[in-house]
Amino acid sequence: MKPFAYVRATGLPEAIAAHGARPGSRYLGGGTNLVDLMKLGVEAPDTLVDLTGLPLDSVEETADGGLRIGAGVRNTDLALHPLVRTRYPALSQALLAGASTQLRNVATTGGNLLQRTRCPYFQDVAKPCNKREPGTGCGARDGVHRDHAVLGHSPQCIATHPSDMAVALVALDAGVELQGPDGARTVPATAFHRLPGDHPERDTVIEPGEIITAVTLPPERAGFPSRYRKARDRASYSFALASVAAVLDVSGGRVRHVALAFGGLAHRPWRATAAEERLLGAAPTEGAVREAVEAELDSAEPLRDNAFKVPLARNLACDVLNSLSGSPRS
Amino acid sequence: MDSTPAAPAPSLGSPTTRLEGREKVTGRARYAAEYALPDRAYAWPVPATVPRGRVTAVDTAGALALPGVLAVLTPSDAPRLGACDDPTLRVLQDPEVPHRGWYVALAVAETPEAARAAAAAVRVRYADEPHDGVLHTDHPAAYTPEQANGGYPAHREKGDAAAAFAAAPVRVDCAYAVPPLHNHPMEPHAATAHWDADSGTLTVYDSSQGSGLVRSTLADLFDLPADRVTVVSEHVGGAFGCKGTPRPHVVLAVMAARHTGRPVTLALPRRHLAAVVGHRAPTLHRVRLGARTDGTLTALAHEVTTHTSRVREFVEQAAVPARVMYAAPDLLTTHRVVPLDVPTPSWMRAPGECPGMYALESAMDELACALGIDPVELRVRNEPDAEPDSGHPFSSRHLVECLREGAARFDWAAHRTPRRDGPLLIGTGVASATYPVYVAPSAARAHALPDGTYLVQTNATDLGTGARTVLAKIAADALGVALDRVTVEIGHSALPQGAVAGGSTGTASWGWAVHDACTSLLALLARRSGPIPEAGVSVPADTTASAKQKSPYARHAFGAHFAEVQADTVTGEVRVRRLLGVFAAGRILNPLTARSQFVGGMVMGLGMALTEHSTVDPVFGGFVENDLASYHVPAHADVPDIEVHWLDEHDKHLNPVGGKGIGEIGIVGTAAAIGNAFHHATGRRIRELPLTPDRVLAALG
Repeated sequence: MKPFAYVRATGLPEAIAAHGARPGSRYLGGGTNLVDLMKLGVEAPDTLVDLTGLPLDSVEETADGGLRIGAGVRNTDLALHPLVRTRYPALSQALLAGASTQLRNVATTGGNLLQRTRCPYFQDVAKPCNKREPGTGCGARDGVHRDHAVLGHSPQCIATHPSDMAVALVALDAGVELQGPDGARTVPATAFHRLPGDHPERDTVIEPGEIITAVTLPPERAGFPSRYRKARDRASYSFALASVAAVLDVSGGRVRHVALAFGGLAHRPWRATAAEERLLGAAPTEGAVREAVEAELDSAEPLRDNAFKVPLARNLACDVLNSLSGSPRS
Repeated sequence: MDSTPAAPAPSLGSPTTRLEGREKVTGRARYAAEYALPDRAYAWPVPATVPRGRVTAVDTAGALALPGVLAVLTPSDAPRLGACDDPTLRVLQDPEVPHRGWYVALAVAETPEAARAAAAAVRVRYADEPHDGVLHTDHPAAYTPEQANGGYPAHREKGDAAAAFAAAPVRVDCAYAVPPLHNHPMEPHAATAHWDADSGTLTVYDSSQGSGLVRSTLADLFDLPADRVTVVSEHVGGAFGCKGTPRPHVVLAVMAARHTGRPVTLALPRRHLAAVVGHRAPTLHRVRLGARTDGTLTALAHEVTTHTSRVREFVEQAAVPARVMYAAPDLLTTHRVVPLDVPTPSWMRAPGECPGMYALESAMDELACALGIDPVELRVRNEPDAEPDSGHPFSSRHLVECLREGAARFDWAAHRTPRRDGPLLIGTGVASATYPVYVAPSAARAHALPDGTYLVQTNATDLGTGARTVLAKIAADALGVALDRVTVEIGHSALPQGAVAGGSTGTASWGWAVHDACTSLLALLARRSGPIPEAGVSVPADTTASAKQKSPYARHAFGAHFAEVQADTVTGEVRVRRLLGVFAAGRILNPLTARSQFVGGMVMGLGMALTEHSTVDPVFGGFVENDLASYHVPAHADVPDIEVHWLDEHDKHLNPVGGKGIGEIGIVGTAAAIGNAFHHATGRRIRELPLTPDRVLAALG
């Protein structure tokens, strides 16, 4: 096999330095995706810098009443955390809808955000894929693409982002804290993942050497009614055909806050701003909800074999928003 | 003879846990890849990356330069193989690439990792050829073969089904589609081969359903006398038919062992399996049913179109169960096959019956709806007096009893109104099941030992089903001793010849020989006096003459499935709420493992109905689903509390063991029952499996 070096990071600066020391370095979290990709030959790092020994594994309440989730917190621990379950239920639901118990016990918060698409052409080094190998073409476009994107795809790439968790984070206006060779910064979850455009090889805005250190949840969303719902081919351990995360605050019969995000439809979790604009300030009747969701999905461009995702996403979004419109704040 | 005062209670019919259970759960049971022979090396094959073509060059330099690499075999320099009936085993013999995934080279190295890296470093150049992997009913290459799998005539016609159909007052004429499916047993195919050049002997540990067939095949391929070849399949981690014949991995392992002079283990990665160990071929069905208004069938036509590879003709015999099921005077059953640039299909649990009964039992449900007759009742009204196609009397047939018993236990009559629970549409469905009784010649040897115990030997294979245990029970009862006095040895080609573990034949075939050996031994012991000598007393048995005798009876197991299903109108997700099966399969020998077999078959049928499918890539060839993340076998969350019952069936026209075989009937009809329940729930019929949200949403409009 291709030999690689393994470095167990002792601190953030050391991790960043170790990563920068060799060009083919990858940070290692739970390894549930990276190690698979190494076996497939999709990834062939020279060095793995293991971050799981860093003190990034706690969930803390911030002074302003939000939550700061260490990037090393395992998906299971995060899903079951009492403050997550009570204040940000959509996040807990999204995590539990993902993968399997065994995978969730190992997968980390940071790694979940950085997992790669499960497009079969991306995973097969003998087939063309612009994401894996820019310029080789997209095998899925004329091949098998029932599970692929209907929103925001490009001629270069029709892959979807596989995370459930990220969809909830986008709807909850989470922040992604990064630490890199040039310092620290925070990127809104809504801006963390990219659309493919001409550079499908780049899934996120993360820069070389940067580490996700934490995910923050804003106090403004704590206790708002929120929900995640996912449709899939089997009841457990399968990726979303489509999913929805929504946050909805209604008072006085009017929508005071709404956030709607789709999973399984695009190269990134898809924040449905057009739908939100229509609903904000309006009475959340079933008709208004449907109209808003349909307005958002008007921009969908289904491929030959995945047009079903549009009505599926519409149904899910209407169902989740309608169920939330009668929910009180906790 | 031993002076036990009274014979112990019979073991057969009472539940017994697997005799090797402790070995398995403690990790001591060894599977084919786990024989850590001294100095062993590892092999990793290289699959073709074009859908069809020819290898023009193989550059092995990069691979051979890697550390720990011992050899790379290619089509131009691999050892030449002898004659073989199965062309899928003639690996690395010529440059042709009949489908994506066909092996084009083999890397051998000191470690599995090095072998894998070497395989990845082999550079293969191809001359591409145009390819076609997509099956259509009107494909110009379709032809009617002589025979379908199992040796059945591909085409049978009794009376004039087309004319009878045209004249029938009530008609159903429907097309159904079953996609390619994959067996995916838990243990991928693996072999460890050891060539001893000094003695000229070959020893192979293989994950196989029949080590005897592996031995004779390897002897032919490597031009060795059969007595120089030993094949061991002591424990096998599931198979479902895809280990029923030798597979390329074992041939490659032997090639590598002979080439390097080292013991070699080759364990196929999951991602290779879809292309090289067989699959259930897709089947496109047209079923026409004509009936009188009272539900009496007057015409039945089942026409099947399926695919095979360009390597070998394999025809899924999906129209064959229609020859068995219902009393239709005018009966047409026929198959057409299209050779495509696809991997070679083969056996998967209940080949023929499984996809065929999905179509036939769906059509029967459509007919019941068209007639306004209860679907249980419709089946009862068409119960034949004799096997419809052959006219032979049934040795026993308790389909009606299974339907009635199932209907009562399921509370069928009370659930015949579809209901709505919020967004969920809920309904019920029923389907019949059938599977033929086969039996194959086997031999066994029974030994009485001086310590009062017995040793029984036959080259049976235990795929995880409990074969070893049930043979011990058969022996114990035949000998009239307690189970713990009997030791069974199986899974070794040096033992008396045993049939392949396939076609639900194992227990009947091996059990017959074991029974004969034990009863002969008992008779011999009764005739002799004095203590058992140190070497023991032993008796052989061989059922070749008796098992090959043609029965005047049509012999089949029958069953009935009842399903309650919910369809979510929001997501299109279909879930099974209840699944109940009743089977009439002769004598049930070990209720514990029998239940597992039925439940396992039903779970696999549930997967066929709702989640499982493989897709031929129309652009790149081969199958798209190459791992268990994308090939969706049911997860626990998909499987409801499955209820299984069986009738106490005594059929004296079978074999001394009295069983009909239970390995496959559980999967037959399950998908139809679920599909019929979906229709009952929603009023919509989906005639293509599986019932995934895309299809369901389209159907619900």
